[in-house]
Amino acid sequence: MKIMLNNRNEEFDRETISVSEMLSLKKFSYKMRIIKINGVLISKDEYDNTIIHEGDNVQMLYLMSGG
Amino acid sequence: MIRILSKMNLSEIRSHLGKFRVGIAGAGGLGSNCAIALARSGVGTLVLSDFDIIEESNLTRQYYFTDQVGMLKTIALKENISRVNPDVFVIVHQKELNRTNIAEIFSGCDVIVEAFDSSDMKEMLIETINSKMHGIPLIIGSGVAGWGRNESVRCRKIDDTLYVCGDESSEVSDNSPTMAPRVGIVANMQANIVIEILMKMS
Repeated sequence: MKIMLNNRNEEFDRETISVSEMLSLKKFSYKMRIIKINGVLISKDEYDNTIIHEGDNVQMLYLMSGG
Repeated sequence: MIRILSKMNLSEIRSHLGKFRVGIAGAGGLGSNCAIALARSGVGTLVLSDFDIIEESNLTRQYYFTDQVGMLKTIALKENISRVNPDVFVIVHQKELNRTNIAEIFSGCDVIVEAFDSSDMKEMLIETINSKMHGIPLIIGSGVAGWGRNESVRCRKIDDTLYVCGDESSEVSDNSPTMAPRVGIVANMQANIVIEILMKMS
């Protein structure tokens, strides 16, 4: 399956994956983050049951303290 | 429309920006510097929200003066804005923002700037604007700590409603404090995006 992750092509050896699976496959461990799939914000408690499909546009940004 | 706008001179640009209202959530290093840049540029109305009092340590990076220590940041910033550009209409709220008051405080804003210190508050604001003010562009600051590394600071458009300025990796710590140049760069990047968005609005 091919998706766009932060405007870059990303390929996974699966038909679909959940957001949680994507985070663990990519070893994204920093917790303060925002994820949007095709422009829709995914809340943290939806990571397990939100499925990423072929062609999806996944955007992730990290929130660092300081300002 | 964009073609016409790009042919404006500075006074026409300032008069165009004068039609808009920008919300700034937080009046610390990001918020105070961003507000001043927007005021100098001629943005018509600024809505400032913060409940903190100015401490001497804030003067290392925030747009306040020694004789303002002890004042509410919102009141002092309103005063400083009026000294820079008295034509800006400034609305202040001395409130801690939360999921229930954000939509009311920033109602009518064309763009909102996130200028909090804590990452939890940044997250809360993004979620709340997304659910209660959907479609209003929000400009996040993330990754401002330390010094140097100019090339790591960037602005990234997530989509039409969400932009992030900063390096998205530097977290504040005792040995990587927030310092004037880097937080000022990010605050001004946020202001720069606000102007870019407003220049495309009619």
